[in-house]
Amino acid sequence: MDYELMQRVFPFFLEAAWITILLSVLTAVLGLICGILGTAARLSRFVVLRFLGAAYVSLFRGTPALIQLFILYFGGPQIGIQLDAFEAGVIGLGVNVGAYMTETMRGAIIAVDKGQAEAARTLGMSRWQAMRNVILPQAMRLMIRPLGVNLNALIKSTALVAAISVVELTYTAQRYIGSTYKPFEMFLIAGVLYMIIIYIVGVGVALADRKARIT
Amino acid sequence: MGLDFSVIPKYLDIVLLGAVWTIAITIGAAVVSFFGGILLAVIALYAPKIIRWPFQAFSFLFLGTPLLLQLFLIYFGLVQIGIDVPAFMAGVIGLGLHFAVYNSELFQTSILAVDKGQAEAARTLGLSRMQTLRKVVVPQAVRDVIPPIGNNMIALLKDSALVSVIGVSELTLSAQRAIGSTYRPFEFYVLVAAIYYIINLVMEAVLRHVERRIQVSR
Repeated sequence: MDYELMQRVFPFFLEAAWITILLSVLTAVLGLICGILGTAARLSRFVVLRFLGAAYVSLFRGTPALIQLFILYFGGPQIGIQLDAFEAGVIGLGVNVGAYMTETMRGAIIAVDKGQAEAARTLGMSRWQAMRNVILPQAMRLMIRPLGVNLNALIKSTALVAAISVVELTYTAQRYIGSTYKPFEMFLIAGVLYMIIIYIVGVGVALADRKARIT
Repeated sequence: MGLDFSVIPKYLDIVLLGAVWTIAITIGAAVVSFFGGILLAVIALYAPKIIRWPFQAFSFLFLGTPLLLQLFLIYFGLVQIGIDVPAFMAGVIGLGLHFAVYNSELFQTSILAVDKGQAEAARTLGLSRMQTLRKVVVPQAVRDVIPPIGNNMIALLKDSALVSVIGVSELTLSAQRAIGSTYRPFEFYVLVAAIYYIINLVMEAVLRHVERRIQVSR
């Protein structure tokens, strides 16, 4: 184990870790937006929207995220979409993770007892009022933990943007493995930084989950 | 530069050959991840501390880091310690180990969920501890956990695209080759996405079928 080398390259990994964090945050926000839209479409009254929602989930979960990124980043210019690697990374991963989050959110909403919606409608609430005041508050509690699982997978999937040359943790590790021939050392530094990020997010999710359960 | 899908037929055989390799690597890695997962689960549950500890450290590290990073470690790490494996093997090992760790988590829960009386009865009948595990406990545990393991294998198919980065000539890399000579990334990546999607649908259908069979056999 070459500790001296590890010390020397560590600052560069730390810098890259911030890019990974930034990517994760932006992707998570976009993923949540796509997830909410996807869920709304899948639960819609209109058959066209339901079909579009189902197609979105099926296509984006049924093909590799890496290929989706490649279509957007390398194929985008052919259909008039010019993005730099970072933007393509955020948009590509965000839309991808949104498909997974759609299934998570829809699952939580369906899991709320049917009687709740029926009772709310009987009391004279509109469909939207019943959703907003009765079902969603209960579903939110159910979805925190599985959304945490999505978030964990998301952080690890940000590594994919290394393949379109965004200088984040995995790209940095790859570059230093290539130039120093010390794969294990570089893996260890990047791995520990990933695990710290994932651990912090995990603690945050657990706290939110506990708080949701008390109220 | 608009779209022109007419370039595809000329390169279709290269891409389809890539698809064959993708299926091969998915099957290879699925086998490694299945048996590796059982092995890791048994070690985590029953092995003495001195054996268990290093395996758990390994599992912990593999659960918390991206697959792509692990592939770089395995590919370049094996070369560094003097084992020169072909990229294909490195891909199978890397993907297989990654999913073995995930499968192990599932197997552990399902092994613990097998009724204790089963193991006790087997021991009473004179089976050794090892025989009890191999012939009584693990087979029941495996049956219970097939649906989630199947989902992991579908995830494995999609993650197999990553081994293109370490130079395995599967579907993704074969598309990149075709793009290298045609400069038509959109057309070929969409084609490749469609092929992945079809394989994915077939795997899902097979899994649904197997799930129904298990339900019936109970």
